[in-house]
Amino acid sequence: MEFVNRDVVSIKDFTRPELEHIFEKAEDIENKGYDKSLLKGKRVGLLFYEPSTRTRMSFDTAAQALGADTVWFAGVEGTSVMKGETLKDTIETVANYVDLIVMRHPFDGSARWAADVTTKRTLRGLKKVPIVSGGDGKNEHPTQTMLDLYSILKTQGRIDGLEVAMVGDLKYGRTVHSLSYALSMFDSKIKYVAPDQLQVPDHVTSFLKRKGIGFTKHSKIEDVIETVDIIYMTRIQKERFPDENEYNKVKGIYRMDKKLLSRAKPTMRLMHPLPRVDEISLDADEDTRAYYFQQAGNGMLVRAALLALIMAGDTMKEGST
Amino acid sequence: MSEKTGAKTKKGLIVSPIENGTVIDHLPPGKAIKIAEILNLLQGSVVIIGQNLKSTKYGKKDLIKVENRYITGEEYNKIALIAPYATVNIIRNFAIQEKRKVSVPDVLEDVALCANANCISNKERIPSRLYTVSRDPLVMVCHYCGFEFKGEELKLKG
Repeated sequence: MEFVNRDVVSIKDFTRPELEHIFEKAEDIENKGYDKSLLKGKRVGLLFYEPSTRTRMSFDTAAQALGADTVWFAGVEGTSVMKGETLKDTIETVANYVDLIVMRHPFDGSARWAADVTTKRTLRGLKKVPIVSGGDGKNEHPTQTMLDLYSILKTQGRIDGLEVAMVGDLKYGRTVHSLSYALSMFDSKIKYVAPDQLQVPDHVTSFLKRKGIGFTKHSKIEDVIETVDIIYMTRIQKERFPDENEYNKVKGIYRMDKKLLSRAKPTMRLMHPLPRVDEISLDADEDTRAYYFQQAGNGMLVRAALLALIMAGDTMKEGST
Repeated sequence: MSEKTGAKTKKGLIVSPIENGTVIDHLPPGKAIKIAEILNLLQGSVVIIGQNLKSTKYGKKDLIKVENRYITGEEYNKIALIAPYATVNIIRNFAIQEKRKVSVPDVLEDVALCANANCISNKERIPSRLYTVSRDPLVMVCHYCGFEFKGEELKLKG
């Protein structure tokens, strides 16, 4: 199992034992604290072409908690991207300054291309700078999936044998696609809840069929709420719709509130990659089943575990915080 | 072996044999002109295009004969994407020197476009890269964005 200098582009690039190893590392950090000397002298570049709160800040704080420095841009305003610089040229440049790049970019496949660019640098005798995707367009968001799985494991004690419902924008929601791919490595059942126009795309379901994973499609939360172990709510993403009229037809279609939540099993946990708009009402926040803010907290642990494994291998000492 | 590729009538070949060049046979009906355009065969060379010819194997077929022009490696891949059952015959001195069935390769480097409009390979000038998931029916997946799509959505790079 080799993590050093590894790119994190797609959840499909990881095996189940590798994911489990990341979770063990995250749990280790949770129990023992962050080793502040682990990444001392290392630098992480955070290139965020699109808005982000949790992904950028959790990577930033995780890197700093392990002793690394961070440099970043958030939004392309003020960068050479505004002058028409290509992604390749930005990556070639930033790779000179840092030891690892975390990137969020609006185009699908941008993370793979960036990883190819830094791999090709090694042919010129330059060091490999690993690329960690913080989301590429509507494609994938692998570290979100890792923290989602870690959150499922932490709250349910297992991932195998669970029923997981995904609700909302399943067409454009990259977290849903990545989580589906990841659950295919475990013996879980997936229930997709969405209106027809936002149902999970064929390329995801054909992947699940090839893997022999059971899934069902539904239009109402009420159809699944009483039996499932996890509900994974997602926001209807206005920015991904090609047409605003199409967005207006489906906005606000699902709303989880305290009353609806009370119908779920006491052990069920309500998750959400956040940000939420109106798909989870404020009164649900106080229910013990509501887990989305702790889930976001797990992001820092899982991302720290990844940075540690990629930048320092398996050499982590007991931390002091 | 003399050149006998083509559709026959009771009296013989509909289209006359060529001395040197290429015969691309067993094309799906209606695809010959598209392939001739993609391979730039219509620029200068003598080209004979047969459409909706009788075929014992497929019922109907198209066929292209082009004089003094030989198909190269990447062109075989382009033909295979549109006509997976095509046969390419290289003709020299009225004889078939080489007969090859085309086949879609495992990896298509910079030959066709990813069908996902939001893919980085369609947004910036980078070489496209597609992997063949299945040949019949043709299904490809993009190296960059992982988008999986069917053969009919495939567009060749211009």
